[in-house]
Amino acid sequence: MEPVTESLLLLVVVATALAFDFTNGFHDTGNAMATSIATRALKPKQAVLLSASLNLVGAFLSLTVAATIATGIVDADVVTLGVVLAGLAGGIIWNLVTWLLGLPSSSSHALIGGVVGAVLAAAGAQGVLWDGLISKVLIPALIAPIVAIAVASVGTRLVTRFTRDVEQDSNDRLFRWGQIGSASLVSLAHGTNDAQKSMGIILLALIAAGAVPEDSGVPFWVILSCALAMALGTYLGGWRVIRTLGKGLVELESRQGMAAETSSAAVILLSSHFGYSLSTTHVATGSILGSGVGMKGASVRWSVAGRMFLAWLITVPCAGLVGAAAYGLGAVVGGGVGSFVVFGALIAVSGAIWYMSKKEPVGHHNVNDEWAPQEDNESILAESVVDHNMKLMRVSKKGKRRKVKGMR
Amino acid sequence: MSQYIEWDALGNIVLWGLIVGAGLPTLFALGVRAVEGPGARDEEGHIPTFRKILGGLCFGIAALAVVGAIAYIAAGGH
Repeated sequence: MEPVTESLLLLVVVATALAFDFTNGFHDTGNAMATSIATRALKPKQAVLLSASLNLVGAFLSLTVAATIATGIVDADVVTLGVVLAGLAGGIIWNLVTWLLGLPSSSSHALIGGVVGAVLAAAGAQGVLWDGLISKVLIPALIAPIVAIAVASVGTRLVTRFTRDVEQDSNDRLFRWGQIGSASLVSLAHGTNDAQKSMGIILLALIAAGAVPEDSGVPFWVILSCALAMALGTYLGGWRVIRTLGKGLVELESRQGMAAETSSAAVILLSSHFGYSLSTTHVATGSILGSGVGMKGASVRWSVAGRMFLAWLITVPCAGLVGAAAYGLGAVVGGGVGSFVVFGALIAVSGAIWYMSKKEPVGHHNVNDEWAPQEDNESILAESVVDHNMKLMRVSKKGKRRKVKGMR
Repeated sequence: MSQYIEWDALGNIVLWGLIVGAGLPTLFALGVRAVEGPGARDEEGHIPTFRKILGGLCFGIAALAVVGAIAYIAAGGH
């Protein structure tokens, strides 16, 4: 390859890695901040600003970056720049699609899925270490929410038991601080863990292109740009995901929020300590579900949770399909030009998804709106009168109970 | 199945997760109960010193845990 094309290719990979970093921050704001926003411990804008700052700090906090990508999941020898680019494209597209649908899903699983798909397209089934994929990615995706639900439900049950006869105002005032503290930890851990993934990818690309020596540390501009990209993504906030996590699963109050975030922080840090990496997203979602399970009288919208679990199961195959398609596109066009075509297609698809999101915008102004506006008695009555249909008033047993409650 | 799941690590995560992840919020709740629970304030609305100390102890341990976690992240132990 000509040197000019090669350095341009390097530029494309770096830009795509930063774009992935951006979607990562964007997508994962909710993991740390959704509960604080939902319980109004922090205003939406304050919350994303705090989270962005902590992500920024977190990215500088620890620099044990390894220039590896999907270690133990794909054969390291087949990972070329083209594979990395296609894998990143798969991760970005899946992050944007799930964001559009308001579904929290793991950014690292999306990236791994994209790389696995690209490797399958590039080297066939023997390029993928299937045992590694099952034991490091697929099974942890099932285990993480179960562990988090258990921890958070026990925590919530104990907390609400000990504070059941404390006035709600006092509870809200004090637990607010606990909630902000634990949510901050989740943000910090996210910045440290996830910004390093992008740094590792860029370092890998730089080494592969011969721009830096093989044993090089991470250049400062890489650290800075990754930290900034992630912080910017976090600040812009994936409001759709925040809304689902904060309002869609459980109606949260500050005691539950505090128990959920502490459970998230503890499980995330412990899982990396014991070398059994669990996805931040899966843990955070499980913790929020657990805070609903552990709270007497709270109801969990399991239908929303079910859609999420489904999204987690198909994350790797779907991102893989995109990754494989991106690799195929690059290979068909061929060479340096192929990579530019992939990059252009990525921009076009991202733009289309962004355009679709404008039809039903979710932002800091409406992130806390009621999840499903309950039909009040008057409107049900009015509807049955207008339609001359008495049966409309007999919605269901559940509906009847709700009406009785509402009339009290 | 055992080749796919690291049971040791998982057991440790659950055990310590419950101790830290559920224990700290409980401790915090006890602190809240100490300073704002029923009977915490006398007729004039003051909180007795021993309740303040008890609450401060609970909140202090929780705050220490946060500081410890930051140190842990910074040390690259994650």
